[in-house]
Amino acid sequence: MIDGLSFDIAHLLAGALVLISLLMLYQDRLTALINVFAAQAVTLALSVAWQACVQGAPHLYITAAITLALKAIVIPLALHRIIKILGIHRELDQAVGVGPTMLAGVALVALALVVMLGVTSSGGDRIAREDLAFALSVVLLGLLMMVTRRNAVGLVVGFMSLENGLVLAATGARGMPLVVEISVAFSVLIAFIVIGVFLFRIRERFETVDVAALDQFRGDRG
Amino acid sequence: MELSGALAIQGGQMALVLALAPLLTGFIRKAKARLVRRHGPAVIQPYRDLWRLMRKEVVLAESSSWLFRGAPYLIFAATWVAAALVPTFATGLMFSWSADLIAIIALLGAARFFLALAGMDVGTSFGGIGSSREVMIASIAEPAMLMVIFSLALMAGSTQLSTIAGYMLSSNVGLRVTLALALVALIMVAIAENARIPVDNPATHLELTMVHEAMVLEYSGRHLAVIELASSLKLLLYASLIGCVFVPWGLAPAGASWQAHLVGIAAYVGKLALAGALLAVFETAIAKMRVFRAPAFLSAAFMMGILGVLLLFVSRGGLQ
Amino acid sequence: MNALDVLLIAAAALLALVPLALAMGQSPAGRWVIYGGSLAICGGALASALWALRRAASWDAVLPLGLPWIGARFHLDPLASAFAVVVSLGGALSSFYALGYGRHEEEPARVLPFYPAFLAAMSLVVLAADAFSFLVAWELMSLSSWGLVMARHREAGNARASFVYLVMASFGAFSLLLCFGLLAGPGGAYAFAQIRAHPPGPATAALALALAILGAGSKAGLVPLHVWLPLAHPAAPSHVSALMSGVMTKVAVYAFARIVFDLAGPPAWWWAVAVLVLGAITAVMGVLQALMQHDLKRLLAYHTVENIGIVFIGLGLALAFRAAAMPLAAALALTAALFHVFNHSLFKSLLFFGSGAVLTATGERDMDHLGGLIRGMPKTALAFLVGCIAISALPPLNGFVSEWLTFQAILLSPQLGWWALKLAVPVVGAMLALSAALAAACFVKAYGVTFLGRPRTPAAEAAREVDGFSLAAMFALAGLCVCAGVLPGFVIDALSPVAHGLVGGRMPEQASQAWLTIVPIGEARSSYNGLLVLAFIAASAGLCALAIHAFASRQARRAPAWDCGTPSASPMTQYTATSFAQPIRRVFGAYVFAAREQVEMPPPGDLSPARFEATVHDPIWEGLYAPLAAAVALAAQRLNRLQFLTIRAYLGLVFLALVGLLLVLALWN
Repeated sequence: MIDGLSFDIAHLLAGALVLISLLMLYQDRLTALINVFAAQAVTLALSVAWQACVQGAPHLYITAAITLALKAIVIPLALHRIIKILGIHRELDQAVGVGPTMLAGVALVALALVVMLGVTSSGGDRIAREDLAFALSVVLLGLLMMVTRRNAVGLVVGFMSLENGLVLAATGARGMPLVVEISVAFSVLIAFIVIGVFLFRIRERFETVDVAALDQFRGDRG
Repeated sequence: MELSGALAIQGGQMALVLALAPLLTGFIRKAKARLVRRHGPAVIQPYRDLWRLMRKEVVLAESSSWLFRGAPYLIFAATWVAAALVPTFATGLMFSWSADLIAIIALLGAARFFLALAGMDVGTSFGGIGSSREVMIASIAEPAMLMVIFSLALMAGSTQLSTIAGYMLSSNVGLRVTLALALVALIMVAIAENARIPVDNPATHLELTMVHEAMVLEYSGRHLAVIELASSLKLLLYASLIGCVFVPWGLAPAGASWQAHLVGIAAYVGKLALAGALLAVFETAIAKMRVFRAPAFLSAAFMMGILGVLLLFVSRGGLQ
Repeated sequence: MNALDVLLIAAAALLALVPLALAMGQSPAGRWVIYGGSLAICGGALASALWALRRAASWDAVLPLGLPWIGARFHLDPLASAFAVVVSLGGALSSFYALGYGRHEEEPARVLPFYPAFLAAMSLVVLAADAFSFLVAWELMSLSSWGLVMARHREAGNARASFVYLVMASFGAFSLLLCFGLLAGPGGAYAFAQIRAHPPGPATAALALALAILGAGSKAGLVPLHVWLPLAHPAAPSHVSALMSGVMTKVAVYAFARIVFDLAGPPAWWWAVAVLVLGAITAVMGVLQALMQHDLKRLLAYHTVENIGIVFIGLGLALAFRAAAMPLAAALALTAALFHVFNHSLFKSLLFFGSGAVLTATGERDMDHLGGLIRGMPKTALAFLVGCIAISALPPLNGFVSEWLTFQAILLSPQLGWWALKLAVPVVGAMLALSAALAAACFVKAYGVTFLGRPRTPAAEAAREVDGFSLAAMFALAGLCVCAGVLPGFVIDALSPVAHGLVGGRMPEQASQAWLTIVPIGEARSSYNGLLVLAFIAASAGLCALAIHAFASRQARRAPAWDCGTPSASPMTQYTATSFAQPIRRVFGAYVFAAREQVEMPPPGDLSPARFEATVHDPIWEGLYAPLAAAVALAAQRLNRLQFLTIRAYLGLVFLALVGLLLVLALWN
């Protein structure tokens, strides 16, 4: 019974992550988007902590702490500051309408389920395979976010949520050594700092961070 | 003895929902007022309002017809029959086999149909605004609700609400992702169907922001009293529905003793109070959406419902 | 003298009315003779078909007509009897309605001869048991209905409507011809009994399914083959529109059921996916198109498309369950589809009769020129209201029961094993729910704009109640809708031998359930009692009215409507059909129809009117038919050059053809 319940809680947390990723697709204001991303990071930290408890792998607690500290607190705060300084905190962000985006999101979740449950049909119990399918869905939804956002900040948030999906997959499949996690976390931090610097430079140079507008300044167009 | 007991429970529930509906509305108004540091009207003010309206004379528009005069009774009847079939304090309702969850939602749809027709009856633009917006919202809210019903029915193996409540009370339900999705979708649909913020403002006086209020703009006197009672009843129905499916503790199973039923009633009143408080906090915390953002809101609920059903179709077995 | 003989004699009698109609077309008694005769004959046919359905037996008959080595075979089994009931009931009530409505027909000589031929052809399609008689009856049905559509040829658009109808009908008949040819095989065994004895291989059966969808689906109104329906159905006189929408589309459903469930052998699982997807798309597209219309009869015709989609969803589910060897579930899905067929013939006929009454009383079909008819035509308004409630699938009427049964069938489908079905069925269920909600919206619009509010034109204001025959027909249908809603168990039991014959399963017997409840699968799973729901609603409404009368004030007075301080006497300030549909057009239409709205407001102080323009594109017409028509025209133009060749070129063509055929012969050997 404890076993069943523990699997259920892990499953529920993975499902909650998918739900929050879907809700991220629905947000079209940057402030709300960053808040929902923070909620996603909190859920991920809870899920990793639960896996640490269930699998008896204490190094996952550190992963959870890193996720909580960096992705749920530091990065959202920094993003809030960035968009305040850039002055875009009131803008609307969607490139495609909400309806088709959510429809595509549900279709991607269905695709991930079909692929994962079909590919892993040989080994493993059902729930572990579904958790993998959920992780793949979060990755795909992160990619969808990167595709459908007009604003570079939205792109960054999509990239982060994609990485969240990867962390979920790795912890669920019992394969996340601490060294890997720390190095991944550091590289994400570095990437984030670099992107932040670039955002400011782009804004200085071109007066906008709208991706569609940036397209005009590509070098290879005569 | 059995028969009279069952009849007493069913009759008791019908009377209870009718008596508690204005109280819930009054409680929510009081809570909202308190949250913005006003005193607010008394909790029993809706009862006084209903009594006052009943004693007033009805003013009918010159262009209204017999449909306008008869619609309030039909709306009330459909809503009351639906509310009588949602388990509030006991699961074994005597007539629960005559209409399942799909029929209950369809009865609410019938009430909305007549309300929309009544809005069109007088032939002014306000009624038209209300009716057209109401059917737009309903055209997405109802499918979302049906998806929630499908998820619950697929898990419990039946569309009977008493059986679903019994299944939720039993131990083999587990924490399932579909339940979380269904809960979020059901809450979003309940907000839209009951004309609450952020979809519609029940306390607005500006015609251009009305949806539900615009349809009943021409009603007065005893007709308005009946319609107001029906709306409070609908809010109570949705609160009871969420309570009996997702917070089923306290429901007296079929054939239990009268003490269990008393406990059930106490638990039910507690659940209503909690639901009212949460709704008041939610309504105070966020602003009303523009009318054309409501479809996006509801299609999110629809998508979540579809996802929940999809998960049940493709995921682990154990479906009856 | 068995039931089949009675039905054949009825068809022959209807055909015998045709020369009588040609003779009496111009005289006023002609209407009484023809419609009265049709009523009597269809009444007899109905009684005999009901008796045959009750007996649940089969009869055969061979007549010495048609091809000499086949004859014309006829067969009456439970499926045919069920559809014969639908055809005869529709025909009888249509004739009854036409006794009153036909008085206003301008050129009765153009309508009267085709009408009994139409009825006879429809009954013969249902009875036919070999491909030849089936196709002859099918074509007779198309031609006679084409004649009826052309009856008012002077009205704008009717000529084009009948041309499109003729093209689509020919295409459909051609597909059915190919289909039967495939099924009959190289031996030329055209009788259905022979086809049943030699089921085709999987590839042939798949091709037969595709051709059946093209042929029967185009007559029924499946998207994308439905384009003729909203043009042709409104163009015909109203009693004929009721027959075309309510009965002819059902005959097409019969053809589909006969070919796919009976003649093509055991179904493959992927057939169900194709049918389900087509049905779901049809349902949603049909109702969205209906919402965009402001012509009452066109709205009803598009709505027929939606209901046919719902029927095909039920048929698709039945195919899926049959392929998965789940006979009880298949019987449930098939019964749901057939119940919906019956229901739709009832309420669509009622609604078309109502629109005919409105057309007679006001001369208008456009909802934006009507309004406030409930005052001048209260009885018609009441009957039309019952039809609107029934078609919106609201309890306790019959539309709800068939939709409820379809939902119960969908809830049984997680047990199907195939992945494509596991993904398709939830989506189909969602689209079914969406179409049901949109249908209710559509009929709030139709009823509200036409009957409620204030009259928008003097014609609407001058409307008066129509004659007794029309009213009696409408109330008979309304009564049947209520009966089928509160006594659905009898209909389900009557359809049970049909399900047994087609899918091998039977639903549990409903007549033995307590209190007339219906229990489609099991007591513990789901049940519904229409009679109790109706009784509860009536009792609650009565109780409420009593309480109000006892405790509340009884006074009432009339006053002007609330106008926010700016009195607007003009009834044009009301919502029109287009304005009512605006929110839905904006939400759904922007994606599906590329709907755009343009408003030109004059500057303040300028007294010229503002302009509002809403454009809606039909994606199927513009995406499929217009390019197709352009391609055909282009090909015809190119081929036209063959008319103007020199003599040497003609001789060269003959020479090339001869050499080519000799080469083929050489290579074959």
